[in-house]
Amino acid sequence: MGNGLTISTLLSAFGSTVLLAALSAIGALVLGTVVAVLRVSPVRVLQLLGTWYVNVFRNTPLTLLMVSSILGATFILGINLDPTSIKGNAFRWAVVMLSVYHGAFVCEALRSGVNTIPDGQAEAARSMGLTFGQSMQHVLLPQAFRGAIAPLGSVLIALIKNTTVAAVIGVSEAANLMQVTIENEGSGLSIFLVFALGFVILTLPLGLWLTSLSRRLAVKR
Amino acid sequence: MKIRQIGAVTAASVLALGLTACGDSAKDGGSTAGGGGGAKFKVGIKFDQPGLGLKEGAKYTGLDVDVATYIAKELGHAAGDIQWVQSPSAQRETLISTGQVDMVVATYSITDARKEKISFAGPYFVAGQDLLVRADDSSITGPDALTGKKLCSVTGSTSAQNVKKKVPGVQLQEFGTYSECVAALVSKGVDALTTDNTILAGYASQEQYKGKLKVVGAPFSTERYGIGIKKGDTATCEKINTAIAKMITDKAWQKAVDDNLGPAGFKVDAATNPPKQDACS
Repeated sequence: MGNGLTISTLLSAFGSTVLLAALSAIGALVLGTVVAVLRVSPVRVLQLLGTWYVNVFRNTPLTLLMVSSILGATFILGINLDPTSIKGNAFRWAVVMLSVYHGAFVCEALRSGVNTIPDGQAEAARSMGLTFGQSMQHVLLPQAFRGAIAPLGSVLIALIKNTTVAAVIGVSEAANLMQVTIENEGSGLSIFLVFALGFVILTLPLGLWLTSLSRRLAVKR
Repeated sequence: MKIRQIGAVTAASVLALGLTACGDSAKDGGSTAGGGGGAKFKVGIKFDQPGLGLKEGAKYTGLDVDVATYIAKELGHAAGDIQWVQSPSAQRETLISTGQVDMVVATYSITDARKEKISFAGPYFVAGQDLLVRADDSSITGPDALTGKKLCSVTGSTSAQNVKKKVPGVQLQEFGTYSECVAALVSKGVDALTTDNTILAGYASQEQYKGKLKVVGAPFSTERYGIGIKKGDTATCEKINTAIAKMITDKAWQKAVDDNLGPAGFKVDAATNPPKQDACS
C-alpha cells in the first residue's frame, strides 16, 4: 500500500480514535445520567432544563458542534482548553462535544430504562422514607441501567463511529489518516476497506458483548 | 392468485435485469473518451472553490470552469452539452476510473501516485503553496516567518503535510474545508492560511473579503494542475494538450486567469506560467 499507510501509523490513528471514544463515552455517561435524573426529578424547572438540553443537543448536527467549538468557542469566546497546543485544544474540544452530543442520547436511553421500572418500585422507595436522591441511587438508577444496556450499547457504538467527525477540526484519528492516505495515494476501495475493517473490529465485538450483557443483566419480572 | 403474484414478481425482476443490462451497454458505448456525439460531456470540477470552480445557483465560474469549457469546445462539445459534476478531492480518481466523468479539471495536481490510477493531460497552470494573511499583517513574509504563528489548513491536505515537514514547530489548526479557515483568519483565530496560491487568491477575491486578506506571494512548492482522464487514453490526452496550447496562444488563457484570479492582485508566476504541456503516456 505504499509509504503512506503503515501498520504503526494505522495503529496510532486508531489508538487516538479509541482514546477519543473512551473519554467521550465516560463524559457522555456522566452527563447523560445527570440530565436523565433532571428529567425524572419532581422539580419542574429541572425537568425543563433537562428537556431543553436533550432537544438542543440531540437536534444539532455533530459537525456543527465540532466546528463551532473551534471557530466559536476557542477563537471568538477565547475558551482554549489547551493553550500550549492547537492539537491538544482540538482533541479536548472533540471530547467535550462528543460527550455533550451523546449525553443527550444516553439521557434518553436511561429514561427509557427508568420507564421499564414498575411504578410500585418508586412508590415503595418513597414509602420507606428514601429521599429522591436516595431512591434514584439505590432503587431506580441501578434498574434503569440494567434495562437500558442495549440502547446504551447502540449509543456507544454510534459514538465510536462519530469520533470520525473530529477530523473536521483536525484531530488526528482514523478518519484523518484516511484523508491523508487518500490525498497521497489517490482514492481506492482498498484504503476505504482497511479503515472500515478497523471500525468493524472496534464495534462488532462490543455490540455482541453488550447484547449478551443486556440479556444476562435484564431484570426478570 | 399466489402463482400469478409470483409470476408478476418474476416478470418484474427479469425486466429490471434487462434494463440494467441495457444501461451498462449504453454506458460503455457513451463513455469512450471524448466521443458520444450529442451526449452530455461530463466534467468534474470543484463546486466550492471561488476563483477556480464555484457553483452559484445554476451558474458555474472559475479558472477550471473556463479551461474546461474551452477544451470541451475544442473537443467538439458545445458549452450547453457540458454537464458539471462535483468532484471532491477524495473522489476524483474514482469518478474518472468508473467513467462517471469524462475529465476532471479540479485543482488537480499531477503526482506520480495519482498517475498510477489515472492519466493526466496538461498541465494548464502551475500553482504553488503560499500563505494568505490579513491585509494589515506584515509580519508573515514566508514559511520561515511562521514559527510561533497559528496556521490553518484542510485536514489531510498536501499543503498541511508539506508545512508540517517544512516548519516542524508550527501550530497547525486543521478544518474540513478552506471556508472555515478563512473565517478563522478573519476572526483572528489563526494568523495565516496555507494552500495553493490559486485557491488563496480565489478567497481573497471574494466580495466579502476584498481588502481584508492578501496572498503573501512567496510560493514554496510547485503544484502542476493537470486534467484527469481515464488511464492510458493518450488520444484524448493529445487532443486536450493541443487545446490547452491553443488556449494559451490565442490569449484566452491569460484572460481566464486575469478574470478569475486577478481581482485579489494575484501575480501569476511568469517563470512557470503559462506552462508547457507534458508528453502524453
